[in-house]
Amino acid sequence: MNWALIWQGFLETCMMTVISSVVSYLLGMPLGVLLVVTRKDGIKPAPTFNAVLGAVINFLRSIPFILLIAMLIPVTRLVMGTAIGTSASVFPLVISATPYIARVVEQSFLEVDGGVIEAAKAMGSSTWQIIWKVLIPESVPSLVTGAAMAVTTILAYTAMVSAVGGGGIGAYAITKGYQRGKKYYDFMYAASAVLVLMVQAIAITGTRLTRRLDHRIR
Amino acid sequence: MHLSESSPLIEVKNLRKVYQVPGGEVVALDGINLSIERGQIYGIIGMSGAGKSTLIRCMNRLDTPTDGQILIDGQNILAMNEKQLMATRRKVSMIFQQFNLLMQKTVARNVRYPLEIAGVPKAKANARVKELLQIVQLEDKADAYPIMLSGGQRQRVAIARALASDPEVLLCDEATSALDPMTTQSILALLQDINQKLGITVVLITHEMAVIRQICSRVAILDGGKIAEEGTVDDVFVHTRSAAGKRLFGIVPTKQDETEMAEVPALRIVFDEGRESQPIIAGLVKECGVAVNILSADIKRINGKSYGQMLIEMPQDDAVKKQVIQYLTGQGLTVKEVDPV
Repeated sequence: MNWALIWQGFLETCMMTVISSVVSYLLGMPLGVLLVVTRKDGIKPAPTFNAVLGAVINFLRSIPFILLIAMLIPVTRLVMGTAIGTSASVFPLVISATPYIARVVEQSFLEVDGGVIEAAKAMGSSTWQIIWKVLIPESVPSLVTGAAMAVTTILAYTAMVSAVGGGGIGAYAITKGYQRGKKYYDFMYAASAVLVLMVQAIAITGTRLTRRLDHRIR
Repeated sequence: MHLSESSPLIEVKNLRKVYQVPGGEVVALDGINLSIERGQIYGIIGMSGAGKSTLIRCMNRLDTPTDGQILIDGQNILAMNEKQLMATRRKVSMIFQQFNLLMQKTVARNVRYPLEIAGVPKAKANARVKELLQIVQLEDKADAYPIMLSGGQRQRVAIARALASDPEVLLCDEATSALDPMTTQSILALLQDINQKLGITVVLITHEMAVIRQICSRVAILDGGKIAEEGTVDDVFVHTRSAAGKRLFGIVPTKQDETEMAEVPALRIVFDEGRESQPIIAGLVKECGVAVNILSADIKRINGKSYGQMLIEMPQDDAVKKQVIQYLTGQGLTVKEVDPV
């Protein structure tokens, strides 16, 4: 059993997941805000803009990730300098995760009681004040739950970037385990077990954090 | 900028609100005219669907009217740009049926919110929050989260929050409708206190007559998007003219009353001057030596005075009848003879 490779894969997976998640959230969060704010019944309605943004997001989400990676290769090469390897794989991960996160974040914001937003309006809040001081703080628990889900999804997707020569434990499970034949299946199982443990850790952290942050629980 | 102090604080002129719905339109407000003076507690009552919620929500432009004017302090809020509207909203606070508190923030942070968005320095804001929590008697709950509070306490927090910006007007959108009768009493008492001590004009909408009777000085009855009648609470209650008003106050005679009326000759005693309660019946017995048979009575108390009417059986003896009428008239009551049909 090549424990060194498992450790290396673990670190690479962590790196890919963390960087992709952070960048995707930096892009997806504002998009989620825009989706909610520009709704017909939103704080600043802009139905046409909302429809276009929604269509673009749905389009990106409808392409299977494995195809997206392939289709993005020229763009990835342009943006990242190379289309192959662990760092390069962050680009398609971000492109795929951003629209997903926009929707997850939108969903969290929609859970905020409309009456509270109305009260904030009635108190003379500006649109920015409502976003920063009401919408986001009031949906923190839900945002954390959503983040745990999004990070889990990104983690699962990192396994697929083996297709473009990316590293990470998921990729190694396939390239250094499965594809090398039955003799190496134990490596595949061990690598998969590490992935399962990582997903569990994220899910548990998410649940605990949500509960700690939610002041609606007595 | 301010007009003279005697001009109405809020003036609503020809206000219309039409909702477009699939297959036509719904007229929620149909030409409303209202004038609310400074320092009043002004009640707007109506059945659900009468348009009262739409009306009060137009007063701070949470709803946008289709047509008409709303002047606050002489300024038409419908002509304001966003910045002017934001400034006006800080002078026109609102509380809601569902309280609408920030659930992820403590009581103190909730009350501080209007100060934060107005850019009040933290130390000054915190001191003000303390004051406000004192007014609503929740100093000990400053660090609690809304979920830990009862409905009445939550509404108190909402009131403190509404007062933070030093408003001239407090709009109350069914503020007691989610509360039990006891809690309703304490919230109404608090509103009255705020009106008297801080001089804040209160506009409230409700479907409960008791709320109007208890604290309002003037009332408008809304029915089908129109004002059915308007006036001082005493007047509107005693001389109810509109069908909507009679329905709300429950003073439309029922069939049973009518048949009762028809059975025997009777005297109708009307308590319409808002008299301090006096033992009229006991007086009759003592002064005239008549045993009175009460056929029906519908007396309500408003601001400690009695209003309504009572039907007593007509004494058989003409001399006694005269004596009774004389006594009652002498007490300042209106007496009418009712013939059996």
